[in-house]
Amino acid sequence: MHKKTIAELITGLNAGEFSSVELTQTYLDRINSLDEKLNSFITVTPELALEQAKQADEQRAAGKAGILNGIPLAQKDIFCTKGVKTSCGSKMLDPFISPYNATAIEKFNDSGAVMLGKTNMDEFAMGSSNETSWYGPVKNPWSLDAVPGGSSGGSAAAVAARLTPAATGTDTGGSIRQPASFCGITGLKPTYGRVSRYGMIAFASSLDQAGPMTRTAEDAAIMLNVMAGMDPRDSTSVDEAVPDYTASLNDTMEGLKIGLPKEYFAEGLDDSVARVVEAAVKEYEKMGAVVSEISLPNSKLAVPTYYIIAPSECSSNLSRMDGVRFGHRCEDPKDLNDLYIRSRGEGFGAEVKRRILIGTYALSEGFYDAYYVKAQKTRRLISNDFNRAFEKVDVIMGPAAPSTAFDIGELTDDPITMYLSDIYTIAVNLAGLPGMSIPAGFVNNRPVGLQLIGKHFAESKLLNIAHKYQQQTDWHTKAPELFS
Amino acid sequence: MSTLDKSDVEKIAFLARLGIDEQDIPEYATNLSNILDLVEQLNSADTDEVKPMAHPLDSVQRLRTDVVTEVNDRENLQANAPEVEAGLFLVPRVVE
Repeated sequence: MHKKTIAELITGLNAGEFSSVELTQTYLDRINSLDEKLNSFITVTPELALEQAKQADEQRAAGKAGILNGIPLAQKDIFCTKGVKTSCGSKMLDPFISPYNATAIEKFNDSGAVMLGKTNMDEFAMGSSNETSWYGPVKNPWSLDAVPGGSSGGSAAAVAARLTPAATGTDTGGSIRQPASFCGITGLKPTYGRVSRYGMIAFASSLDQAGPMTRTAEDAAIMLNVMAGMDPRDSTSVDEAVPDYTASLNDTMEGLKIGLPKEYFAEGLDDSVARVVEAAVKEYEKMGAVVSEISLPNSKLAVPTYYIIAPSECSSNLSRMDGVRFGHRCEDPKDLNDLYIRSRGEGFGAEVKRRILIGTYALSEGFYDAYYVKAQKTRRLISNDFNRAFEKVDVIMGPAAPSTAFDIGELTDDPITMYLSDIYTIAVNLAGLPGMSIPAGFVNNRPVGLQLIGKHFAESKLLNIAHKYQQQTDWHTKAPELFS
Repeated sequence: MSTLDKSDVEKIAFLARLGIDEQDIPEYATNLSNILDLVEQLNSADTDEVKPMAHPLDSVQRLRTDVVTEVNDRENLQANAPEVEAGLFLVPRVVE
């Protein structure tokens, strides 16, 4: 059962080949026996899962099955889940039992999905390797010495290892696409505002977006059908009609205009990764797509722009963690400042502290214009590059990351090099565009992802483009040996 | 070149009410200076005529009608608080 995609599981449940309770138990058993190798879950919720599965089976019997009825899923531990620990990978929120559900979680519940548990992640989603988690690093199922990427590293590893059919992720600068690339799965970051951020613990509010992490593009389309939509509780949620994302999966690639940004194939990109990406683009040419070189001239500004905007917004968002209303509190505070300073000092890890410090500095008196406002301006230059490119092409393709998964511990002493592992994904968040990573091959048994970037609200198009590739190739069906 | 020294880091950490260990301050100073060096690249871009971008779709803030939408759920919400008494969050004495 664990080899099936969501689409196949829905068919199996509909045909009565197995029940959701049986399916859920299969995955709980796999998590129980295999996750000690990976550390991909922070919390497993077997009682809740089996209860939801039982209800799903009853609803199905009564003819009231929603889209994801009875399908087990893993939720990134950034989504508030009522009555279940929601830690965001941090000691700060280790004691936090969410009193409410995120909108995305409500939507999954309404569709009949089953929650297996909460996945490991970089602390407050700040990291590219899942090594900043207070709960310890996650291992890559393809090579236990390697990182799974981050920040949605637990979700990516769990999907790749078949510990769940699919999972949610969030992506502020590449946190869905880079781990999807490193773990050989399909990951979609939708357009900013497409999926509600309500109840999704905020990192950088003008960049954060939730999306599905799955084995196939078809499964991502099914997941997005449930997740997408305007939410009055998220003031930046966009009121744009939600199409059926599965409806156009098979549209033709004939005449599709693909742009390859020359800046994404320049210095910094691993040669062997470049060859895999070029081979993937060739597949599209075989299907009738037309490829041309384009330029995104301000690409080099993306990482520096991001490292002002994201830390600034994070320093503001994380000020709510004050040891007063929820979360970690220090022992015997002597006064209010001591309470704040020690609670936050003990509760946050080194990477989160670095970003709070940078953000606080950038927003402090006398520096705001030089840093934050300047970065908002360069952000527009980056966004304008994409607008110009999309006058000529339908989709932009390139690598999702400059290399395959690096080893655990390889970059922990070098934050800047770690930041550069998101060099191809960050600009997409700054421009608010949808982006995907799909499995396109391997280098030394470590997966390589092909990144697809579309116009605002072109998720259907991206899913279509990804699906057609997956009809022609079998990279997305490969499973790591230890977890096949 | 923006170089932050020990006293800069201490000052920023206090603004953020963020405790950092004395022994870690030199490393934070180096890390932060390196990040600011990276950010220096932004100065190469001519942005005199560019409008700052706050929202990727340039959306404006949506307003809703001024009606009560949330119910009082104090007990449930305070269940996560480190210390409460009689429905109030407790902190060290602020006013002498």
